[in-house]
Amino acid sequence: MSAAEQGLTVALVGNPNTGKSTLFNALTGLRQRVGNYPGVTVARKSGQCDCGDGTKVELIDLPGLYSLSAASPDEQVVIDALSGHLAEDRRPDAVVVVIDATNLLRNLFLASQLSELDLPVVLVLNQADVATEQGLKINTELLSRRLGGIPVVLTSAWKGEGIAAVRRAIGEALRARVRMPAVEWPSLVAEALADVAAGVAADIGRAPGRADVERLLFDSTSSVGQRLGWAAPRRDVVIRAARDKVRRAGYNPLAAEPLIHYERLRKLLEGVVQGGGNRTGGSAAVDQVLLHRVLGPVVFAGIMLGMFAAVFWLAKFPMQWISGGVDALKLGVAPLLDGMPMLQSLVTDGMIGGVGAFLAFLPQILILFLFVSILEDSGYMARAAFIMDRLFSWCGLNGKSFVPLLSGFACAIPGILSTRTIEDPKARLATAFAVPFMSCSARFPVYALMCAAFIGPLYGPGWESVVMVGMHCVGLLFAVPTAFVLTRFVLKVKPQPFVLELPRYQMPKPRDVLWRMWQNAAEFVSRAGTVIFAITIIVWALSYFPRDPAVEQRIRATSVGVAPEVVDAQVQSAYVEQSWMGRFGKSVQPIFDPCGFDWKITVGVLASFPAREVIVSTLGVTYSVGEGAEADSKHLQQVMRAAKWTEGPRVGTPIFSLAAILALMVFFALCSQCGPTVATLAQETGGWKWAAISFVYMTALAWLMAVAVYQGVSRLA
Amino acid sequence: MTPLSQLLPGQYGKLTSLNPERSVDQRLMALGLLPGMVLKLVRKAPLGDPLAIEFAGQVVSLRLTEAQTIIIDVAADCPIQRPRPQA
Repeated sequence: MSAAEQGLTVALVGNPNTGKSTLFNALTGLRQRVGNYPGVTVARKSGQCDCGDGTKVELIDLPGLYSLSAASPDEQVVIDALSGHLAEDRRPDAVVVVIDATNLLRNLFLASQLSELDLPVVLVLNQADVATEQGLKINTELLSRRLGGIPVVLTSAWKGEGIAAVRRAIGEALRARVRMPAVEWPSLVAEALADVAAGVAADIGRAPGRADVERLLFDSTSSVGQRLGWAAPRRDVVIRAARDKVRRAGYNPLAAEPLIHYERLRKLLEGVVQGGGNRTGGSAAVDQVLLHRVLGPVVFAGIMLGMFAAVFWLAKFPMQWISGGVDALKLGVAPLLDGMPMLQSLVTDGMIGGVGAFLAFLPQILILFLFVSILEDSGYMARAAFIMDRLFSWCGLNGKSFVPLLSGFACAIPGILSTRTIEDPKARLATAFAVPFMSCSARFPVYALMCAAFIGPLYGPGWESVVMVGMHCVGLLFAVPTAFVLTRFVLKVKPQPFVLELPRYQMPKPRDVLWRMWQNAAEFVSRAGTVIFAITIIVWALSYFPRDPAVEQRIRATSVGVAPEVVDAQVQSAYVEQSWMGRFGKSVQPIFDPCGFDWKITVGVLASFPAREVIVSTLGVTYSVGEGAEADSKHLQQVMRAAKWTEGPRVGTPIFSLAAILALMVFFALCSQCGPTVATLAQETGGWKWAAISFVYMTALAWLMAVAVYQGVSRLA
Repeated sequence: MTPLSQLLPGQYGKLTSLNPERSVDQRLMALGLLPGMVLKLVRKAPLGDPLAIEFAGQVVSLRLTEAQTIIIDVAADCPIQRPRPQA
């Protein structure tokens, strides 16, 4: 029988850095489903776990957290999931609490809070091998006895030890349903809790759960009241009176919960742990080097350079194989559809091209997540954030924004995906919003074409490099103030305190790393991939239809004795000109006229929505050079240099003046002409709202700056 | 009584007070940083901010601005002591 049929679910909770994910992977054997909790960007992972006796349960891996205070979306999801307040999930039948065996006290705080939820608990003391190395001896029987007889299991998920015992313990917990004894509150605190419970019951007509009542009393801001439908004025009166009672017991109401729980735990752990000396010893020695004032940044720069080089250069090889494979497939399929030109173009340029469009991102995503997973699992990511935080904190981001922003210089897609490592939802969103401003490698061909065709020949290679470097800085120049304004004035999300654990260094487990790479890639393909495919098909259709054969016949009839490839290029150019895309480009050209763009550039800008670099080949088509033109095409460069305005006030002057090419480059540096980025933003921010805002904002900004550059430079020159 | 933000790297002492109204302090309390507990400023980040502090067998990073209202009673036996400001 499947887990769903039996309907038993077990939740896995624990602090971050306890090896929870490794344990989850070991228990479910990678038979997992990954999704998102609706409305929040918190991943929902679940998998099937065998309890060792054939019983199967659905194991849900809840986000790692330190307490139930419901300050962050992650914490909110956990408390809602465990109290059965998530629309799609029932309340779990049991909870497995994963604990770092080397720091029982700190880790048991969460377990102690969970004891209020009145669920059967299995306590897993993970990383037992490290505890043993540190000379710690843990009396699990005594601990179990003191916790009311719940199963307590020592494991080393990394080494795969104790996994079978966890399976058996889950089965036992589901049968015996032993709860962890709840905290004994001092009498005045207990009274205060009872007052809040009575207040809720009187106002909403049903008794709230114990955990909910505690959240209401102890947390300065809690959404529990809202969820229960307990209205503010009454609620505030009851809670204020109850908190006064807590004060009379001698506690600050906002500090009472940790004080009482930790007091309880200290007594509970007496005699449970023996031995153990310097618990942070080994990692402290490594930190002497990795966080050293001089060496630290040097090592950091080296690691980041290696990561960037891998994403930027190394990914090029598999990307070439993919594009080579896509081209070969096109060539192989095309002859099968000879005689059906429309279908042939749909299949080769639209469909195969569309699949190729999102497959091309996979190497970069996989390589970046290889690095991100290793950095996170080893414990270095927290150190990287520690080193970089100062540079980012002033504009509302934090040290963890660095990796996504850096990856953005290779490609915005993996950059946006890697913002998942940022716990603070506000900083995460602001970082994801800033990433597309980084000058990605798809903008490079645009700069390269303009520089090779104009800047180099006219001003020399020195200026060529200056412009190249300058263009890579333009985005950064606008990203930083954007993040500042966004976090300071726009985003109403409550910021999370940047309190970051610098965990013990650990060897990453290859299976976990590979699994995470795979999961991210698979999610990207299934979510953003479909949108990217659709965008490619739509843009293909807009550039293909309508296709009046008379256009082609007219050109072929009038160009006798002209080389066939020249005629072909003219035919293509004419088809694009009278396509929907061409017509649309011509009709919106007046909008881009102040930037100095003619209708051909405008079509290039519009048609490059599936991918920025497409503008180069589109210019190749509209300027009748032929398909497949690349940035280093001498022919295209020549044609562009010769292109002159044929109508309007600028008639006879070159289209690609210095002002126009600078404006075009600035436009591309800032605009959001990248469907995959927009789709990924939507995937990662949990809806189209922020993706749409980003697109409109960046496009408007790009247009404004292009106008400013064109008008400014043409007046100066 | 010294704010945590003014501790020297290597200095340690007892936590005398923090502000439970602030979310940073709430997070620290959840991690087990409670009045009376000994904490040590392990180091500052290369750019001087944030700080890495050690308490209850763990190392945690927090920002300078957030450390200003966390008050420490530097231990008398702490080998590193801030030199007295000269009059």
